[in-house]
Amino acid sequence: MSSPQAVGDLVSQPYKYGFVTDIETEKIAKGLSEDVVRLISSKKQEPAFLLDFRLRAYRHWLTMAEPDWAALGYPPVDYQEIIYYAAPKQQAKKASLDEVDPKLLETFDKLGIPLSEQKRLSNVAVDAVFDSVSIATTYKEKLAEHGVIFGSISEAVKEHPELIERYLGTVVPSNDNYFAALNSAVFSDGSFVFIPRGVECPMELSTYFRINSGDTGQFERTLIVAEEGASVSYLEGCTAPMFDTNQLHAAVVELVVLDDASIKYSTVQNWYAGDENGVGGIYNFVTKRGQCRGARSKISWTQVETGSAITWKYPSCVLQGADSVGEFYSVALTNNRQQADTGTKMIHVGPRTRSTIVSKGISAGHSANSYRGLVQIGPKAVGAKNYSQCDSMLIGDQAAANTYPYIRSQQPQAAVEHEASTCRISEDQLFYLQSRGIGFEEAVSMMVSGFCRDVFNQLPMEFAAEADKLLALKLEGSVG
Amino acid sequence: MPSDPILFSSSPFPDLPVIRPDAPVLLEIRDLHARVEAKAILKGVNLTIRAGEIHAVMGRNGSGKSTLSKVLAGHPSYTVTGGSVTYRGENLLELEPETRARAGVFLGFQYPVEIPGVSNLEFLRVSTNARRVHRGEAELDTFEFEDLVRERLQVVQMDPAFLERSVNEGFSGGEKKRNEILQMALLEPLVAILDETDSGLDIDALRIVAGGVNHLATPDTATLLITHYQRLLDAITPDYVHVMAAGRILRTGGKELALELEQRGYDWVDAELAALEGAEADRLPAEVA
Repeated sequence: MSSPQAVGDLVSQPYKYGFVTDIETEKIAKGLSEDVVRLISSKKQEPAFLLDFRLRAYRHWLTMAEPDWAALGYPPVDYQEIIYYAAPKQQAKKASLDEVDPKLLETFDKLGIPLSEQKRLSNVAVDAVFDSVSIATTYKEKLAEHGVIFGSISEAVKEHPELIERYLGTVVPSNDNYFAALNSAVFSDGSFVFIPRGVECPMELSTYFRINSGDTGQFERTLIVAEEGASVSYLEGCTAPMFDTNQLHAAVVELVVLDDASIKYSTVQNWYAGDENGVGGIYNFVTKRGQCRGARSKISWTQVETGSAITWKYPSCVLQGADSVGEFYSVALTNNRQQADTGTKMIHVGPRTRSTIVSKGISAGHSANSYRGLVQIGPKAVGAKNYSQCDSMLIGDQAAANTYPYIRSQQPQAAVEHEASTCRISEDQLFYLQSRGIGFEEAVSMMVSGFCRDVFNQLPMEFAAEADKLLALKLEGSVG
Repeated sequence: MPSDPILFSSSPFPDLPVIRPDAPVLLEIRDLHARVEAKAILKGVNLTIRAGEIHAVMGRNGSGKSTLSKVLAGHPSYTVTGGSVTYRGENLLELEPETRARAGVFLGFQYPVEIPGVSNLEFLRVSTNARRVHRGEAELDTFEFEDLVRERLQVVQMDPAFLERSVNEGFSGGEKKRNEILQMALLEPLVAILDETDSGLDIDALRIVAGGVNHLATPDTATLLITHYQRLLDAITPDYVHVMAAGRILRTGGKELALELEQRGYDWVDAELAALEGAEADRLPAEVA
């Protein structure tokens, strides 16, 4: 029974979040043009600077080519077949949750993200994004008492245009790369977080992204700013229904951290991954980058990537401030025909900057899982240090794991360390656990979560158990 | 009936009295055949183990000793091709490996594997609770389990620091074996099969491990020691010694049989085996018919 085949069967757990909410949606026509960009901007009643930003991005995007260097294979995306704006029909954003369409609340309830006053998580504020718009943000008032701004980026554009103008596109410029340019042109919603000087955000912040429409792209934009001495822990979660077509998700996340400030950004990504034959699933092309602008600032990325048909994602840190710190902790699980090319970039600019990379890739089924990371030490980064550890675990004998570490150093006194390992869950390890009374599935899940322990330990407490459960779910299956 | 009672009797211990005839039979192995891939390894093993007994199986490398232990524990690489194994009246071979363990069959491994990332303490707790649930006992929470495990650590004089590490990871040979006996102390098996538990142990570690096994042996449990060497049997006195060769038990005796092996080596076993195979070849057509 515990043949490699059986281990393979284990990972074919049906996707729990594949339902579609039947709700009236306002959609614009398919396709992308300058008019579409203007339409999105006008629907959102945006100021001129933002329309300019979008148009510059769009015009630049037209000159660019889709990147092909990743170890990913997929048919060409037809950008004219995508709908760039879809919103559940309701009058803009509601002042109170009571006015939000109950179907939407129900949807998030079903996803395990209760938004109503009685049921919401007591120490986590949630911004819920449904297709292209944010439908509700909890604890806004309580956070405002501390000077913390948390809500949808569309609202922030209206309420705090000066902050948006000052920071938007300063970490990921609108012409940064193909997908970032596309996002800059058509981004619909996302979260905005601002933690003022000296404030330690009193609760965890979280955004939950839900794709609902089958033919809509999701282009969310998240911007988090931590002023001098501020700190925040932020978590994003994502799910999507099961469609047999592919949906494009091209997000941009920008983090700005000033002197002595820190941002901890965690992601639990569980987009629909397609079926066992690779039909359907999300194409996830995401640009995430943080800039440690201030001295002694810190950015920590933690990601648990379990979904998407294609993952193209490299959460990065630009370590500008002296003594600033960048961290990247990643678990990427691929199964069936999923492909992931994910990793990080640590750009050391300032002196004595330090970075840590811990990447754990788990490949099962016929999937392919690549780590791609860049450690770059600039000429002024005297005394910079990097430590990278990339471990791969193979389940079954059809899966592939690759590691592409790039190291560029222009600073002779920098210390760069890279360790890599590959292991396979062996029959003997499984048998050992079984012979101690531990069931086959629990044995696999124990080993996988043991393999990921270093990363899970970095997740906010409330979510570490969630992540463990999610992996166990993905690995649970038909055996027994 | 063939004339040689030792070789051909259907009784597993024809020349030995059953020491505790009233004790319940825990494990009954009948004409067990097994192969790994295409290679036949076990070719008709017979063995009856009663509560309170300590059995030692000896034999050269490749005689099938370790295969016997793996088959009893349900290792997926081994396929049973004939015969039966009954554990407390139940068909053991039908059970998944984890069910066998929960029901009280324990295999102490010759080479315990390392499982990086899985905490030894957590592993021991999950394992112990699986056995407890099977016995109808309540699961232990982390605090209750800590108390239990600290008490049982004394059986093998193990440093509690080993609990904080990953399962067997970076353990020395002796530490791994002590960890095996610790698991046995926690699982309280009814039948403990110890595969070359003495291999790779220095004299002090051997004394501790053997002390642990002796401590855990009770009138209600049985132990099956698989070993090359007399030195383990100096520390754990067996009631029966079985000599395995070419996939079956060739000779059974009391503890003095082990001493005989120690003095005479295994050459006489080869001779007996050759004689047996000759006799079988002569007899085969008639038996098949």
